[in-house]
Amino acid sequence: MRAAILALAIAMAAPAFADSSLPPSYWANRQLPDERQEAKAQALMAELRCLVCQGQSIADSDAELAGDMRDLVRRRIAAGENPEQIRGWLVDRYGSWVSYRPTSEPSAWPLWGAPIVLIGLGGLLAMKRLKGRAR
Amino acid sequence: MSRSLRFLPVAVVLILIAAFVWRLANPPDSTVPSRMVGRAVPAFQLADAVPTMPGFTSAELATGKPRLVNLFASWCVPCIAEAPVLKDLKRRGVAIDGIAIRDRPDDVAMFLQKNGNPFQRIGSDPTSRVQIALGTAGVPESFVVDGRGVIRHQHIGPIAPGEVPTILAELEKAR
Repeated sequence: MRAAILALAIAMAAPAFADSSLPPSYWANRQLPDERQEAKAQALMAELRCLVCQGQSIADSDAELAGDMRDLVRRRIAAGENPEQIRGWLVDRYGSWVSYRPTSEPSAWPLWGAPIVLIGLGGLLAMKRLKGRAR
Repeated sequence: MSRSLRFLPVAVVLILIAAFVWRLANPPDSTVPSRMVGRAVPAFQLADAVPTMPGFTSAELATGKPRLVNLFASWCVPCIAEAPVLKDLKRRGVAIDGIAIRDRPDDVAMFLQKNGNPFQRIGSDPTSRVQIALGTAGVPESFVVDGRGVIRHQHIGPIAPGEVPTILAELEKAR
């Protein structure tokens, strides 16, 4: 019985993160020798979404594709490209979804508007309470 | 606080719970469509993935006739399931080029030996560079490329036997 359940579990397990047998790309887990370039790369990598483990940044993810994306970011930064160019290149392929930095697209407007609305609501609430107390 | 407002927190919590339950029951689509559909294939040069077959460049995809470009890997389990479907497409006269993602020549050769070889050419993409340039997030994925080298359709995940007509229709549309 136990063997059957085990076999079933193995058969049903989705190998979503099947890994290749190749080692990580050269710059996937290596820092650039130039400190300023590495800092730029790190900042950008923290804001790019891993396409495999979709809640993580490529800086945090162990997925191979994330490693290959870090390699791509570091290579391009080392070649003198600026981070916004690289972000733009990726957004051009995967959509603004790949970048964690909110854009000014209409779909992001509620995000920008939320603080204003919340401060307004809070102010209203506070005003009501203060008035009630003064009475 | 007025009486009518007393149950507001409860209502908010109930709405939240309802939202969570709804999202759990209807998980969002996690596939990432490529923005490259409708645009020319990005420039690339792929060395051969197995010594017995040629690699190809992006320019060589513009052959005047639509082709199917299939991203696969020997370590990719769904690719095994997709192999017979690709064979079927080949039998129907579809020209298929493969891109082996993060793979070794020996492994690719073994994969082809086991699962059949529907490809005319196979390029090797050992660091996912071309995969990223194409805007894909995993393997297997397939692109319909028209005769001028423009991507006309993207298929995410393995092509199921039932999806063959869709692929054939997309190839026909790209003619």
